[in-house]
Amino acid sequence: MEPQEGDSVFAHLPHIPEVPIYAMMVAFSRDPSPLKLNLGIGVYRTEDGKPFQLNVVRRVERLLVNDRSTFKEYLPITGTAEFNRLSAKLILGADCPAIKENRVTTVQCLSGSGSLRVGAEFLANHYHHHTIYMSQPTYAAHLAFFSAAGLAIKTYRYYDPGTCGLDFQGMLEDLLSAPSGAIVLLQACAHNPTGVDPTLPQWEQIRQLIRAKGLFPFFDSAYQGLVSGNLDEDAQFIRLFVADGGECLIAQSYSKIMGLYGERVGALSIVCKTAEVASHVESQLKLVIRPMYSSPPIHGASIVATILKDRDMYEEWSIEVKAMTDRLISTRRQLFDALRDRGTPGDWGHIIRHVGLFTFSGLNPEQVAFMNKEYHIYMPSDGRINMAALGPKTVPRLADAIHAAVNIGV
Amino acid sequence: MALSTKLFQRSSSTAVFGARSMSWWRSVQPAPKDPILGVTEAFLADPSPNKVNVGVGAYRDDNGKPVVLECVREAERRVAGKLNMEYLPMGGSVKMVEETLKLAYGETSEFLKDKRIAAVQSLSGTGACRLFADFQKRFRPDSNIYIPVPTWANHHNIWRDAQVPQRTFHYYHPETKGLDFAGLIDDIKNAPSGSFFLLHACAHNPTGVDPSEEQWKEISYEIKGKGHFAFFDMAYQGFASGDPERDAKAIRIFLKDGHLIGISQSYAKNMGLYGQRVGCLSLLCEDEKQAVAVKSQLQQLARPMYSNPPVHGPLIVSTILGDPDLKNLWLREVKGMADRIIGMRTALRENLEKLGSPISWEHITNQIGMFCYSGMTPEQVDRLTNEFHIYLTRNGRISMAGVTTGNVGYLANAIHEVTKSA
Repeated sequence: MEPQEGDSVFAHLPHIPEVPIYAMMVAFSRDPSPLKLNLGIGVYRTEDGKPFQLNVVRRVERLLVNDRSTFKEYLPITGTAEFNRLSAKLILGADCPAIKENRVTTVQCLSGSGSLRVGAEFLANHYHHHTIYMSQPTYAAHLAFFSAAGLAIKTYRYYDPGTCGLDFQGMLEDLLSAPSGAIVLLQACAHNPTGVDPTLPQWEQIRQLIRAKGLFPFFDSAYQGLVSGNLDEDAQFIRLFVADGGECLIAQSYSKIMGLYGERVGALSIVCKTAEVASHVESQLKLVIRPMYSSPPIHGASIVATILKDRDMYEEWSIEVKAMTDRLISTRRQLFDALRDRGTPGDWGHIIRHVGLFTFSGLNPEQVAFMNKEYHIYMPSDGRINMAALGPKTVPRLADAIHAAVNIGV
Repeated sequence: MALSTKLFQRSSSTAVFGARSMSWWRSVQPAPKDPILGVTEAFLADPSPNKVNVGVGAYRDDNGKPVVLECVREAERRVAGKLNMEYLPMGGSVKMVEETLKLAYGETSEFLKDKRIAAVQSLSGTGACRLFADFQKRFRPDSNIYIPVPTWANHHNIWRDAQVPQRTFHYYHPETKGLDFAGLIDDIKNAPSGSFFLLHACAHNPTGVDPSEEQWKEISYEIKGKGHFAFFDMAYQGFASGDPERDAKAIRIFLKDGHLIGISQSYAKNMGLYGQRVGCLSLLCEDEKQAVAVKSQLQQLARPMYSNPPVHGPLIVSTILGDPDLKNLWLREVKGMADRIIGMRTALRENLEKLGSPISWEHITNQIGMFCYSGMTPEQVDRLTNEFHIYLTRNGRISMAGVTTGNVGYLANAIHEVTKSA
């Protein structure tokens, strides 16, 4: 179709409608009600729903600005060696044999998103099997990263709406019937959107199955520390896989765990069998990154490296992560108690069993729409609630809304 | 017996399964080093006290030190620790994009008023080119990209990874070390109607050879005649002449002539924000409705790459450009950088002429921007590196920003040594 003289070459483009969650944000911002509540966001907020910045991060940013020795030149394509080393250490542990043996290639990427996409491109270019299995459901954008790289997407059963828990049998069956060599995307902890994580014994079974079938694990770690409050404890599932000597990919994000969202800081690690392979892999990752954005942004990575390498700051950060997690757990408890106190029909135990920022409330789309209309409460239609967007003042209103939605028989 | 029990009775003996098998990546070859960034790596590894780095295109002051602009330091002081770091929208910082478009299209551009420009924040110039290449692939899948010879090496990688077929057009004339204008015009005329052309808006990388204003007018005329699409990569606005308005001349000519262009803009060099990765991709559309549609599509392409762009760099940019005093400071600092480079061009040429070089070095001062295409052969470059510890890319490109009053004599001497019997 040749353009007419003077026509834009892109005249035929359709307008893409807003992604649902962004459309919801827009609707929320336009809502004039003073009681409106945004539970759909994916960020950790204060009790009053305000943006939350970690103290140690704020301090470090001020320190960095006064340090005249810092320059803003290009980072290496893969980011700085220091940041990469510290990130690998954070997720794999200081005494990880794979790190000691130089078998881990780590490259700075643009948060979890960028790490997933670069990992996906690497797999598309160098891995023999081009299908990836992801949980049903999973974080909405997972699909996009992998299909953009040309990988085929399949799912494995994960969430059981009957129990609001893990469909472990279904998960094992689906992984068992996956073809050998297929890639499997696993959320390291604090599953988004359900809040449902396997237990440690279940993780061990998953690991054995994956290794027995020769499936290839790709971990997405965006919430390390926000399940138990302890950074190492939340990394134990990934560490099981690395301890068995096998290979895997790991995407790390500092968005939530350090509140660095917009700075886009993350890392992709590829755990390899040998150091030689690891160095070849690194060189190939550069070929993926250079034509995408040449090199990663420096600011957030400087903050991360400063914190991770300083014992006191690391300690301070760990304490803040624990406090964030404690608040999540406490908020869950408050909501559970509020529903129990109202005698809201149903079993709401999953609210306190679920972990991390999110909980799959069990509310259906009609109930969600009702709560939006009558109570100006915003959440995606799958009923996912961000517990970090709630506080003692807003929990009662949410409980009222849920109570009303459930009782109206919607 | 439950599935899980049955399975795990069998496989518990394979708990160390992983250790016995081979790597999935054993067939992964080591990739070739990036030719430009590889030069800096080699330079850093060299212990010689005389070493000179005129490889990578990052500005250095007259002491050979990297520079953080005063306007940038002040902007950082104003924002440090004060603002939250929550996500930008997919299209990036609206404020930064607005200011950036003014630089390219003109402060009072009618296209801005009429909201005809689809624009998103990008990961510097690389990210803008890549987004455009992906966009071109998606919506003009049968199109090619015409790339000048030579060009920044990464341009080829970008359009290749976007799977857009590449063609080249004549640009640099080795004999004159200037523009092959006739070849360029011929290639424009011979390309099938509606082809896509990649143009460097100013300070061509790697040659430093820019068309004159008259030549740009003719290029615009011929491109229009064939209904081609013009995509400008503007990575050096302000850095070429010292005046951002003047450096946008080519773009303004095309706008006046009615082209619907695309532009990649970067703050890496002209604001020294290299590592912050701040830039902008814009496409001029027929009307506001189309601009909205195009912008939504650009966002769709950015999303599976990194979801949303970094927040810090644009904060610095909009703090500076939104404050008249800081903006004026920036303009003075950009001029200062450009003037120092122009001064070094003159010094290098004069030094070579004083040494009695048999070759003409006019092109050093004719060329503009950060780079000088010296005309040296790869063998001569290798000698410069091996004998004199001078680091540059093998195409003979000298980054003038790495030349200082302290090293220009040494550099001229070395160049003379390797070229005098040429």
